Amino acid sequence: MSLVNIKIEGVPYQVDSSLTILEAARQCGYEIPSLCTFNHGECNQGSCRVCLVEATGARGLVASCVYPVSEGMEIRISTPKATEARRRSVELLLSNHSMNCQQCEKNGHCELLHVAQLTGAREGAFAGVRSETHIDQLAPALVRDTSKCILCGRCIARCSNAHGLGILGFENRGFKTFVSPAENRSFADSPCIQCGQCVNVCPTGALMEHSQIDLVDKAFRDGKYVIIQAAPAVRAALGEEFGYKVGTPVTGKMIAAMRRLGFYRVYDVNFGADLTIMEEGTELLHRLTEGGVLPMITSCSPGWVNYAEYNYSDLLPHLSSCKSPHQMQGAIIKSYWAQQHDIDPKDIFVVSVMPCIAKKFERQREQLKVNGLEDVDAVITTRELAKMIKRSGIVFNKLPDEDWDQDIMGDYTGAGVIFGVTGGVMEAALRTVYFKLTGKEKDKITFDEVKGHDAGIREASIDINGTVVNVAIASGMKSAKVLLDQIREGKSKYQFIEIMGCPGGCINGGGQPFIKPTLMPNEDLDIIDTYKEKRAKALYSEDERQVIRQSHNNPQIIELYDKFLGEPNSHKAHELLHTTYAAREGFNEIK
Amino acid sequence: MAKLSANAVAKILEICDRYTDEKTPLMMILSDIQNEYGYIPLEVQELVSARTGISVAEIYGVVTFYSFFSLTPKGKYIIGCCLGTACYVKGAQQIIDKFSDVLKIKPGETSADGLFTLDALRCIGACGIAPAVSINGQVHPKMSVDQVVKIVEDLKAKEGAAA
Repeated sequence: MSLVNIKIEGVPYQVDSSLTILEAARQCGYEIPSLCTFNHGECNQGSCRVCLVEATGARGLVASCVYPVSEGMEIRISTPKATEARRRSVELLLSNHSMNCQQCEKNGHCELLHVAQLTGAREGAFAGVRSETHIDQLAPALVRDTSKCILCGRCIARCSNAHGLGILGFENRGFKTFVSPAENRSFADSPCIQCGQCVNVCPTGALMEHSQIDLVDKAFRDGKYVIIQAAPAVRAALGEEFGYKVGTPVTGKMIAAMRRLGFYRVYDVNFGADLTIMEEGTELLHRLTEGGVLPMITSCSPGWVNYAEYNYSDLLPHLSSCKSPHQMQGAIIKSYWAQQHDIDPKDIFVVSVMPCIAKKFERQREQLKVNGLEDVDAVITTRELAKMIKRSGIVFNKLPDEDWDQDIMGDYTGAGVIFGVTGGVMEAALRTVYFKLTGKEKDKITFDEVKGHDAGIREASIDINGTVVNVAIASGMKSAKVLLDQIREGKSKYQFIEIMGCPGGCINGGGQPFIKPTLMPNEDLDIIDTYKEKRAKALYSEDERQVIRQSHNNPQIIELYDKFLGEPNSHKAHELLHTTYAAREGFNEIK
Repeated sequence: MAKLSANAVAKILEICDRYTDEKTPLMMILSDIQNEYGYIPLEVQELVSARTGISVAEIYGVVTFYSFFSLTPKGKYIIGCCLGTACYVKGAQQIIDKFSDVLKIKPGETSADGLFTLDALRCIGACGIAPAVSINGQVHPKMSVDQVVKIVEDLKAKEGAAA
């Protein structure tokens, strides 16, 4: 690393010579208007021209996102020439943009609107012909509206970087160009796993989750018993929607808010997570001792399940037959809970708050229905919950901290909490498997070797009383593919593998609050690199605060088995808590 | 993917394997397939994707970007009318309109009998002999509207004799 001397607005600075003008300016305390929030190769094409500045040694204005600094360079951001050019660039983008900002779901998080405000861009400055609009609302999880797309290509890059999938691409040429799955198909008719990573990076409202708030509203109007359950990762990120710093857990306020929204019961999906561990841990022990298909792979992540069904259908027997935690809990609410409260399951409406949009797809899977009823009737994302809170006049920050409803399924353990981060399901399962194999609890409760917060593969050999269990953890399909190919080639040395669809696990799910550094002036400059770690810490700290930290010690779980299910993997448990998978054709024929 | 014959699958895979040493083999693979079959439908793109690891969306993007590639079968005779500046000022628009009239297809389309495809080309570098028309790569110089009907009739007659 070598340093160069530059001047910005006449003030001298020393910066790393490998930086672009945009990066250097950021370090020196300037925020040049730009659409490059994700400057990790996910957009570095310099094509939007929003970040134009004057720099000595260059002919004309330069795009600061791609232009490197050099010794003696003098940079001017504020000259009339530069400010006018930036305004023009944004006006050109707006000239082919749907301008219904007030009804746009992205309002408040839109980077284009932000730079339009910064640069003073005027609507209609270049009014004229607009390119044709393509809208895809067929997929249960996400919606695409090309009238809002600025063709930056971040979604395309993210799909490849996270999953090696490349579902999205540019189609056609010139003015007719748009971003779409091949053949301008719906996400529903292409091998898209509906994880929503593309939604997370979209600077505008061109890609958004398929909102199900209206389903929840209808259930209230219909007078149903509307029960809400929130996934672990939601509490680690919901606060960001209300101005809290990234990584602030807001469990108590979240519960208070959900109660004020009128839900009949407010439950934690951690109970379902504990239940999952009981079932999945038992399944793993069966497979280990009775020669079942190994390695066994977790099945909590619907994005991952979609990927497996499209791309590795030969390996489906490796997937645990367990439903994901919120589906299990939904099934228990509509059976055991309904029975205990003498309520007809048809009158119950279960809403899951998830960090995930693939759960919207998952909940309508045929294989998950019990007696024709869906376990879960609506899935809303962390972002959608924030919208419901905001529209209801609830001042989130001033809420008291409250606790979950305690009847029947209020208890949860630290093991359930960490489901929300990559490695968490593995660790939770190991805590219980350790107990089952040795008859006692592990002295040091945690298995730190499987902890993490980012994409990539981790592995460990766990010696439990002489039984060695080789485990591996992957998040993001690019990493998962490595482990899956090993299995296909017969070279896998593992007995148990955890796979999560999104890089980093649920904390980085496609339904979590947007991380847009330019819109987060109170966060550190490196927030794009650190947010996953911060959210993960919030979950691990909640685990440490719990008195009970192993799923099998959850008293209400024990009671559930005593009174209703019998034992893990019993006939009744299989009926309610387990599922099947089926191969799917990626590009099915469209009639 | 079920629609492709075993022969076609083998041929396409063979084409993919011709360029394993290339860093960016996609254009060459697609060119060869276009030349071999006259078009590159989605099933074929899926096969190329599976063999090369390049995503279907990216391949589809390349196929729709370049007018040389086609998603639908092209006719036996591809009539390309140059509409570059020199040809245009020499009356190329009237010529392509006449072809359009006679063949009853718009530029970019293929006739129902599968014989003719009409393409509008940008400059093909034959300005000295403008207006130029290229039929299956063979260039017809200094075209006039009057010649159009005869050219089409001749080609049809040739096909009739062959059949």
